[in-house]
Amino acid sequence: MSQVLNTPPPTASPAPAEDAAAIAARYGLTVSGARPSLPAYVRQLWARRHFITAFATAKLTAQYSQAKLGQVWQVMTPLLNAAVYYFIFGVLLGTKHGVPDYIPFLVTGVFIWTFTQSSIMAGTRAISGSLGLVRALHFPRAALPVSYAIQQLQQLLFSMAALVVILLCFGVPLSASWLLAVPVLVLQFTFNAGVAMIMARMGAKTPDIAQLMPFILRTWMYVSGVMWSIDKVLSKSSLPHWAMVALESNPAAVYIDLMRFSLIDSFHAHQLPHHVWALAVGWAVVVGVGGFIYFWKAEETYGRG
Amino acid sequence: MADIIAQDTQPQGAENATAAAPAADAERIPTVIADRVDIVYRVNGTGAGRGSATAALNRILRRKQSEQAAGVRKVHAVKCVSFTAYRGEAIGLIGTNGSGKSTLLKAVAGLLPVENGRIYTDGQPSLLGVNAALMNDLTGERNVYLGGLAMGMSREQVKERYQEIVDFSGINEKGDFITLPMRTYSSGMSARLRFSIAAAKDHDVLMIDEALATGDRSFQKRSEARIRELRKTAGTVFLVSHNNKSIRDTCDRVLWLERGELRMDGPTEDVLKEYEKFTGK
Repeated sequence: MSQVLNTPPPTASPAPAEDAAAIAARYGLTVSGARPSLPAYVRQLWARRHFITAFATAKLTAQYSQAKLGQVWQVMTPLLNAAVYYFIFGVLLGTKHGVPDYIPFLVTGVFIWTFTQSSIMAGTRAISGSLGLVRALHFPRAALPVSYAIQQLQQLLFSMAALVVILLCFGVPLSASWLLAVPVLVLQFTFNAGVAMIMARMGAKTPDIAQLMPFILRTWMYVSGVMWSIDKVLSKSSLPHWAMVALESNPAAVYIDLMRFSLIDSFHAHQLPHHVWALAVGWAVVVGVGGFIYFWKAEETYGRG
Repeated sequence: MADIIAQDTQPQGAENATAAAPAADAERIPTVIADRVDIVYRVNGTGAGRGSATAALNRILRRKQSEQAAGVRKVHAVKCVSFTAYRGEAIGLIGTNGSGKSTLLKAVAGLLPVENGRIYTDGQPSLLGVNAALMNDLTGERNVYLGGLAMGMSREQVKERYQEIVDFSGINEKGDFITLPMRTYSSGMSARLRFSIAAAKDHDVLMIDEALATGDRSFQKRSEARIRELRKTAGTVFLVSHNNKSIRDTCDRVLWLERGELRMDGPTEDVLKEYEKFTGK
């Protein structure tokens, strides 16, 4: 081979930097891949809202497209999940922890918790798992974690349909308080999207977090009162006061208990912690807005090796 | 050859080199300026220990040590590349495999961060390609919508162009295939649909990465025609290709990258002659 692999050394140095910058400024060129300002970023994200929802729906639909029953699985999966929990906790163990309407209590907890859990898991992989997309197309990267959170919300809406059937089967009466489920879901979604964005940035930098998250999430699930009533257990235990406050104001527990309060008639307001709506709104706003800003701060670095 | 580089890496040198370009007016408006751009990839889990558990632990425990000792390998993909592209130019990017052509285009599109240097652009350059946004489990129809939205088209724009995209791809020539999932398509069919979606949008600065090699002969002709059309509406076109003929047909200036370095920058014929000598053709 007679190829001269090395480039011959240039005899003149390239144009000085201030030169290029000056030319760029004169013709109104901007630095490629620079982070937009926060208001501009919000505008860009809003402009992509149709992509965000289309991407979420596409992911959701693609999930069961190879199955013979197809989209029937959207409702079948949560119903089967509930059946397993009924079998283990209702039939095998018979443990009700003194909770009335235990099955509706349990299934509501499981579905609402799953919404937060899977949003966080999906958020962790939102950037690191879609590197191809990030490296091929230009769009505000927050579209990805938000889109994954929306996909989980759509999934939850199917689960809620199944939940309504379960509630009615177990004799929980239909009531006006069911309407409260809507604001609860909106707040929980905002919270989930915020955490998903925080995790997306961390997962983009350190993909190892995705391996660690299942353990953190499982611990979080057990302290969030998914399968037991925080209120019942706390009244009997001798935990220090700060631990009780921490357990009760844990966002997952707040959203789960609020949903139980709105759907189940035997779950009374006195079982909720004090200022529960303020907590629910506070968590949603702080984590939602904070997560968005945290994610935006690293916007230009997503997609690097 | 050294003197070609010497003059052409300077903006005024580039002006001389492309004086034959049709758009060469009294004042030429730059659309992309790359100023001594370095791009470095970092790959985890290589080098010492080859990704074994002890090497990984070592990496975490001794954060201060040099990246190389920590098993992070740096791949210097693009080294100190400077050029200025002007409105109305069609620029070919050539070089042997792994010489950094696609990496450079991604950096110009703002998709890969640069290590050193700056890239200034006029508006948002776009890469012609939507492969990553499409999902094999969805029907072709839904992929047209998804791909269009992913490129930043509005819902109305996608609806308006939908029939055009499907007709251009020719997917429905042999039956109603657009309503089948994309995983049932042959590789040629899905490549045609991908190109058709990607080419449906008008761009300011358009970058095409080896898109001309897809599909059968008649589709290739159609896509070349479409690229010429896109060139008319776009300010500047970059084309990566290993097909010297399509570079000759579409470009008036060529950048030759070799091992991440800009080896030559000049009129198509001059650079291709040197490149063909280099590759032994």
